[in-house]
Amino acid sequence: MMRELYTQIIMDHYRRPRNRGEIEGSDIEEHLLNPLCGDEISVYAVFDGDRVSDVKFTGRGCSISQASASMMTERLMGKSRGEAEAEVESFKAMMVGEKEFPETDDLAALKGVVQYPSRIKCATLSWTAFQNGL
Amino acid sequence: MYDVEKVRANFPILERRVGDKKLVYLDNAATSQKPRQVLDALSEHYTEHNANIHRGAHRLAEEATAAYEGAREKVACFLNAADARGLIFTRGTTESINLVAHAWGRKNLREGDEVVLTEAEHHSNLVPWQLAARDTGARLTFVPIRRDGTLDMEEAERLIGPKTRLVAGIHASNVLATINPVERLAELAHEAGALMLVDGAQSAPHLPVNVEELGCDFFACSGHKMLGPTGVGVLWGRPQILEEMDPFLGGGEMIREVHLDHSTWNVLPYKFEAGTMNIAQAVGLGAAVDYLSELGMENVRKHELRLGEYAYRRLSEIEGITIYGPKEGRTGLVSFALPDVHPHDISQLLDEEGIAIRSGHHCTQPLMRRLGTVATARASFYLYNTEAEVDRLVDALVRAREFFGAFA
Repeated sequence: MMRELYTQIIMDHYRRPRNRGEIEGSDIEEHLLNPLCGDEISVYAVFDGDRVSDVKFTGRGCSISQASASMMTERLMGKSRGEAEAEVESFKAMMVGEKEFPETDDLAALKGVVQYPSRIKCATLSWTAFQNGL
Repeated sequence: MYDVEKVRANFPILERRVGDKKLVYLDNAATSQKPRQVLDALSEHYTEHNANIHRGAHRLAEEATAAYEGAREKVACFLNAADARGLIFTRGTTESINLVAHAWGRKNLREGDEVVLTEAEHHSNLVPWQLAARDTGARLTFVPIRRDGTLDMEEAERLIGPKTRLVAGIHASNVLATINPVERLAELAHEAGALMLVDGAQSAPHLPVNVEELGCDFFACSGHKMLGPTGVGVLWGRPQILEEMDPFLGGGEMIREVHLDHSTWNVLPYKFEAGTMNIAQAVGLGAAVDYLSELGMENVRKHELRLGEYAYRRLSEIEGITIYGPKEGRTGLVSFALPDVHPHDISQLLDEEGIAIRSGHHCTQPLMRRLGTVATARASFYLYNTEAEVDRLVDALVRAREFFGAFA
């Protein structure tokens, strides 16, 4: 069971987060708190025209929230505003079971979280922060 | 001799399994489990005596009223309150404190007045005062927590002064396991001409409580944390103070005479019990305090003290663990953090082994900030927990750590 939730990919992103850090003078700077547990996340993004040219995050939280944030930054890099918005919507739909996770997608590593309603907020926290900033 | 196995036999839920593991319930600071005696009292009330109370001139209404008022007497006796008129049923500690913040606070607080709280308050004894302060112009000040998790009483003596109208604080911390010297705070409050409110949500279930000896003016607690049903709690207040307060909620039962343009209030405690109360739940709480009184709160305390000390010692053996709060004089709960596993992940991994603990900010965000963290894991024990369960907790934590360590 635990291997379904804490997959190798999640633990890898948790241990070695990608794009962790602040961006000075970013176009997006959003801070979000998970009211359930007090976990914090900050998301920063810079746009070059319509495209995300840099996106980073900082925060304190569980493995799910931190890994999901790390995966998000990889996913959104280089995307247009419209594409990024669609990615967030698609991810949120997958997290509430309204959409299938594509098998080959890294994000499918978060599939196990869907079975734990109390953890879904952990996974979507950074995505919601980015969306709020858009 | 306290026979924990005999106690456990009264709690049907302790027999259940979580997956294929026997439940280990260590989330008692959030809510306790209920003994058969309380479940039976609820069931008996609904199958035999259910009626609305106080104004019915029929047999069932008389029986229900007697059971409800009997519960009031029992809870008053449990808290050693001399006068049951000061014992008001509420929805829980939160509502009890809101009652005081409205009915006493809005009437008595003025601009420049001070309400002294502590840094370790549960949100339920902080937010109502923030709202009252906003409405009245009063100011909140906070007795700090020392490094070891105990209250800085020197600072308390400095903070409680001529501007203080109320001192309000937790009797026992739901995070640090500290037991605060509320008797001394009450003395300081009274010397300054202020009142003292004690939030007993984490003490009444676990320690012998004597409101007269504490010297407080208000004492609040929740039924569901002390073996009773959800939906019922208690505010005890000194009758003469309650008499002078305005009502909290308006409606049925709390009135004496109603005219189209004004009303007069019922006597205590009914002045503060508007509308149909949680009757069955109050009766259930009566059965819960019967159960606790029969065991003896001194015995409950001894059992939890022993268990808490054992848990503290066993958990301390885990390398790198942080345990919050003082080393001694603790209640039976332990908040902790592991260096490499987030509290959320800890509770998830423990759940897989049938062990229920809590992780998060425990409704004490300012305290979390003071401790320099955002969340802790918390195992909270009660009268039915055993050393074997502590061992299962410790073993599971070691495994959780290994599981996370394997990905390093």
